[in-house]
Amino acid sequence: MSKTPRSAPLLPPDAGRDRPLFAVAAILVFLACLAALGAAGAWRAAEGWTAQLTDQITVQILPGEGRDADADAREAARLIANLPGVTAAEARTRAQSEALLQPWLGAAGLPDDLPVPRLIAVTVDPADPPAPGAVEALLSDLPVEVAVDDHGRWESAVRRAAAAVRYFALGLVALLTLAAAAVVAFAARASLAARWDVAQALHLVGAPDRYVTALFQGRFFWLGLKAGLAGAILAALAAAGLAYAGGAAGAVFFLPSLELGWSAAAIPAAAAMISAAIAALSARLAVAAELKARWS
Amino acid sequence: MADAPEHTRQAPAVAFDAVGMRYGRGPEVLSDLTFQLPSGSFHFLTGPSGAGKSSLLRLIYLAERQSRGLISLFGRDTALLPRAALPEIRRRIGVVFQDFRLLDHLTVFENVALPLRVAGQSRASYADDVEELLSWVGLGERIDAFPPTLSGGEQQRAAIARAVISKPELLIADEPTGNVDPAMARRILRLLAELNKLGTTILVATHDIALVRSLEAPVLEIAGGKLISAGRRAA
Repeated sequence: MSKTPRSAPLLPPDAGRDRPLFAVAAILVFLACLAALGAAGAWRAAEGWTAQLTDQITVQILPGEGRDADADAREAARLIANLPGVTAAEARTRAQSEALLQPWLGAAGLPDDLPVPRLIAVTVDPADPPAPGAVEALLSDLPVEVAVDDHGRWESAVRRAAAAVRYFALGLVALLTLAAAAVVAFAARASLAARWDVAQALHLVGAPDRYVTALFQGRFFWLGLKAGLAGAILAALAAAGLAYAGGAAGAVFFLPSLELGWSAAAIPAAAAMISAAIAALSARLAVAAELKARWS
Repeated sequence: MADAPEHTRQAPAVAFDAVGMRYGRGPEVLSDLTFQLPSGSFHFLTGPSGAGKSSLLRLIYLAERQSRGLISLFGRDTALLPRAALPEIRRRIGVVFQDFRLLDHLTVFENVALPLRVAGQSRASYADDVEELLSWVGLGERIDAFPPTLSGGEQQRAAIARAVISKPELLIADEPTGNVDPAMARRILRLLAELNKLGTTILVATHDIALVRSLEAPVLEIAGGKLISAGRRAA
């Protein structure tokens, strides 16, 4: 009786020859995960930015000679608040305006005679905003100089920028996926060449092509899964590290504040399975094509 | 053994008609071969080295395609066989290679069981048959050994066991007794003869004139890629 109760694998272990491929696949998955996380971060950030832009208008009241700018700002805010489509209008004081300027002008305080514009933060109903020019028309009777900054003007630009970042990141994911598939296909052909004796012996005893391809597909599936897990875990750790390091690091790495949300955790989890599937499919196609070429 | 379809049951196992073969754009290594191996027959194939014996065998076990002429196996024209049908034909053919072609990472047991494993049979269903056959060819004690640890003769016997384990309809053996002592050679020949009695068509390529004479079987003699006699019995 044979001492081995189970059938041995038909493909022998590769004795370390798969390690470089494992490393390359893990690195590609790591980079693809970071790119996908970047795309998810850009998506989420763009949603936040555009939401803010569509419901905000800023009105500047420039101080007039001999007038109480704070009182003018309050009066303008009162008028604006009654405009259809406006949900809130809040006049900011000189102190609040000075606080906004502090990063540029320092904390030493501004001369009292410096005409600091007063700001009115206007919140509008994004579904039914005031008509364009309505705020300027409303304030045209006031004896003050007014400048209206409708943030909606920036919305399309921000959307375009966010979309560009997103598509760039998705393109990067696609390129890395293609690179991974090409590397696995190359490795599968090399593996088949190294174990041609097995493929030939199997063919001669009546194994169809799909039997041989399934062996290589299975081997590369597990390699892809293990490499994918390694790359995904590294990417998750890197993303967590960037999130912990804060927004500055996030901005550098295309991860705006890394406000990814829990749904982004699906990216590394899916990456391992996708890596395995790509490796298996790529190996299957490469080996099938090679067998057909050699035995046509 | 797989049952042949009704319409092919009486067809010759192998039929060559004006077959020629060349590798790439080289000269023809086989020319105008015409012969038949009737189903259930036993033939020897002889000829000097380089005569084309191995090429002829490669055509029969579908490792190569002819350049011209007609080859039919079990009544089916091989030129018309779709690629997907080749494995089914190959399962009906057992081959003993001169260089054995055992897989070094599999034990003797696993090597011999390979055709059954590929056919989808469970280990439990074939384990006894494999062990019995290995005992019969004198490898009962080497069942868990790996081919690199076997002698040439032991490897040859393992290769023969692998070729016959699935009781093929056609057995092709290239110098099956080349590495064994005369007693084992006789034993192997007896195994082949018994398989033949059970209905397996057998073609043995050999230089061993004594082996050819020991069995009154027709001889295909090939030289320079041409068949110079078909069906003559050894004197």
